[in-house]
Amino acid sequence: MNENPADLAPELCVLIAAVLGLVNGLFLPRARQWWVAGVCAAGLLAGLVVAGLAATRPDLAAFDAFAIDPITHVTRIAVLATTAAVIALAAATVRGHPRETEFYVLTMLSALGAITLGASSDLLVLVAAYLLASIPAYALAGFGKDAPGTEAALKYYLMGAFLGILMLAGATLLYGVGRGTAYGPLRDGLGTAPAAAVGAAVVALLAGLLFKAGAVPGHYWVPDVAEGAPPVVAAFATTVPKIGAFAALLRFGADALPPGTFDWAPLVAVVAAATMTLGNLAAFGQDNVRRLLAYSTVSQAGYLLVPVAMAARGDLAEPALLYYAAAYAVTNLGAFAVVVAVGRDDLDGYTGLLRASPLLGASLAVCLLGLVGTPPTAVFVGKVLMFGAALDGHYAWLAVLAAVNSVASVFYYLRWIVPTFGKPRPGLRPARAPTAIAVALAAASLALGLASGIALSL
Amino acid sequence: MTVLSLVIFLPLAAALGLAAVPRAPRRAVLAAWIGTSAVDLALVAALWIRYGTGGGAGSDGIAYEENARWIPSVGAGYHVGVDGLSMPLLALTALLFLACAVYSVRQEHRLRAFAVLFLFLETVCLGLFAALDLLLFFVFFDLSIVGMYFVILLWGHGERARSALTFFLYTFLGSLVLLLGFIGLYLGADPHTFDMVELIRRPPLDGSPGLAALTLLAIGIGLGVKTPVVPFHTWLPPAHTDAPAAGSAVLAGIMLKMGTYGLVRIAMPMLPDAWRRYAWVPLVIGLLGVLYGALVALAQDDLKRLVAYTSVNHMGYVVLALGAAGFSGGTAARELAVSGAVTQMVSHGLVTGALFLLCGVLSDRAGSYAIGRYGGVARGAPVFAGLTAVAAFASLGLPGLSGFVAEFQIFTGAIGAGRAGVAAAAALSVLGVLVTAGLFLRVLHRVLLGGPGELTGRVTDVRRPELAAIAPLLVLSLAVGVAPRPLLDTIAPLSDAVVALVAR
Repeated sequence: MNENPADLAPELCVLIAAVLGLVNGLFLPRARQWWVAGVCAAGLLAGLVVAGLAATRPDLAAFDAFAIDPITHVTRIAVLATTAAVIALAAATVRGHPRETEFYVLTMLSALGAITLGASSDLLVLVAAYLLASIPAYALAGFGKDAPGTEAALKYYLMGAFLGILMLAGATLLYGVGRGTAYGPLRDGLGTAPAAAVGAAVVALLAGLLFKAGAVPGHYWVPDVAEGAPPVVAAFATTVPKIGAFAALLRFGADALPPGTFDWAPLVAVVAAATMTLGNLAAFGQDNVRRLLAYSTVSQAGYLLVPVAMAARGDLAEPALLYYAAAYAVTNLGAFAVVVAVGRDDLDGYTGLLRASPLLGASLAVCLLGLVGTPPTAVFVGKVLMFGAALDGHYAWLAVLAAVNSVASVFYYLRWIVPTFGKPRPGLRPARAPTAIAVALAAASLALGLASGIALSL
Repeated sequence: MTVLSLVIFLPLAAALGLAAVPRAPRRAVLAAWIGTSAVDLALVAALWIRYGTGGGAGSDGIAYEENARWIPSVGAGYHVGVDGLSMPLLALTALLFLACAVYSVRQEHRLRAFAVLFLFLETVCLGLFAALDLLLFFVFFDLSIVGMYFVILLWGHGERARSALTFFLYTFLGSLVLLLGFIGLYLGADPHTFDMVELIRRPPLDGSPGLAALTLLAIGIGLGVKTPVVPFHTWLPPAHTDAPAAGSAVLAGIMLKMGTYGLVRIAMPMLPDAWRRYAWVPLVIGLLGVLYGALVALAQDDLKRLVAYTSVNHMGYVVLALGAAGFSGGTAARELAVSGAVTQMVSHGLVTGALFLLCGVLSDRAGSYAIGRYGGVARGAPVFAGLTAVAAFASLGLPGLSGFVAEFQIFTGAIGAGRAGVAAAAALSVLGVLVTAGLFLRVLHRVLLGGPGELTGRVTDVRRPELAAIAPLLVLSLAVGVAPRPLLDTIAPLSDAVVALVAR
């Protein structure tokens, strides 16, 4: 058994940075708490470097519960990079806040939970990772201490707690019928288990993971958190934990279930279909950009579930999911960064953005058209792979439904893009630092699409 | 980087350069726009001359080939090249974009953004006609929709927001269906690849006719929406009516060709069995387009809508010819049909581009397309009247102009293929020519001749830039009509190859 802690170096970097940041924050005067952001960013960057190095080494499993394979590599890199962007975005907006340190540290811990979620190959670790990813995020949702934030946090927490219990019950049941919690033994043990029990357990386990992924039926928190929590938190909660959740779903679908006992694909395919359709339908009428983005993330979760459903049905599922998740994270974060930069939540607030700040307006257009799946952005390549995975798994109806939904989504994204061409309203002055981050993320989304060959060959 | 890549990306580079200079003076913007398009046209012309003299072509007739790795793990690459099908269309694209640039000299509203968008679209269209990789083709296909959406939205008139949205949603749906078809080809190929040359060499889905039929259906719908063929044409009239003149010219002249180009380049050679088995579908749909487009055009009172519907009619001939090429029968006749289809693409691009620019002149002077409000325009605007007459005659297929060369080949090819059904369809489609002739004569009669209408007084003659934009298109149409040899010689090897590929 491999018990070398050095294999967990990226996670340790995040953890150490979080602890150091917390300790430092206790003693630093309020005006100098930005130092903590520096510590966290350094930890994330160090983690990125180590994760990049680890990605070149052969697959292995640490402590029998933590797989270190391509899924984990991509999860690590995507989570670390997007968290770094969130920290940078936060540094510009929560500077001087009485609880500045707490913000950074909670973000780091939740990100750590997201990585662990994607890497765990054992139900117990999975549940622990779920809690680690969730609990700091509940606190973050209520960070503003205002009425909408409190409501968002409460909703987020209640749903998370309820579905978390279900998930724990599912894990228990699987342990009972499969005589193991690690995916390897579980796969062997479930071969002879009663199908009904396995089915019930998988559904219960899915509840928690779908909650983290923001997919139907666990999606109710998404619009409230996106609208009620501070924008940076909204950006974080709708992006980073999802990467981990989808990686966990993919791993569970591919590794833990033996072929023949339980039909994973139809169940997840139906959930995917419902998620993308409901998310799109709900997004149509939104006039608040954060709610609009929230429902857009729900529909994106639907597309992301397509390769999850195809986890055991073809070679395209894994690259499709990983690539799409990373592309989605960058693009979605870019759109939220524009919201942070402009500081307005209503669609009218974006009138004339392209003239007032051409770079920021162009970034918004790139990110939103990217979410539609317009080439040559990263999400386009993700979508191509996703369609490929669906057709490869003989789920043509799902691919067609995803295509129809993509077209429908054009409508509400355009509702946001079109006003940016108008005459700027007075007082439209986007903040500098978030603008830079939004532009960087939009550029990254383009670059990731154009250079997808390099990214996919890893 | 080869010359071809330079041709493709030169306009994009110019667009980025223009976008980076926010306070560029008007004259500089125009000079950059026209200059870039002119250089690009000169480069394409040079490519064609060298191609025509046998230079640069490989064993499979593809010249100026470039193949770079892009996403190797899914077998997609930056693979571009030129053959007898893409060469004329590249030249048409470069020419029409230059014409639009010259035409837009007097454009007041947001000239710089307009130039940037058109240069971007030029790269997209050139890239599409040069692409030899399905994914690359799709990238350009999709971007053309986004670019044209903004052209209609920002510079259109009438209900432009609505028309633009309809256009975007409709064609985007088509493009995604097309993407599903491409993925079907990809998954059907062994080894999996998006490379067109590979896919043509070893047609995918050879052993599974059901899947091949489904894939052809997806590709057919995707390309059919863009062409547009009759049940999927409803986005076209509003988009054309509300787009600016230059936008309409590009949309009709070039972007409609993307659909039929895809049929010749992708659907026919990659799914030959399915194409042969279902050849009656394009035949019937093409016939429907010919007749329906002509009849609806006849009923229009809006000149621009009328021209838009004649596009449906003209593209119907192309689809019909390609369908006829899928039937067994005389090889020479089928080659003639394919050659006619490609000629029709070029001819339609030249003539309809000119017609839409002429519509733009009318709207610029008097702000209306209503045929009934004009009359006797020829008296005050003789040059305009002359140009319109030539364009109308070219469009209705008068001998001596390009439309005739194309349609004659199509009819001869389809009737000569030796199948009674095909011959009947071709004979019926001749009725389309009759209706088009009637409706264009009606337009000439009502707008150019007769007593003065309420808006006639406002129509002044074409200005010099307008003339410089429109006249070359019509001169070329005349040139193709009188001396079609250079064009047909370029197309001939391609049409032979396509017919041979379909027949295997």
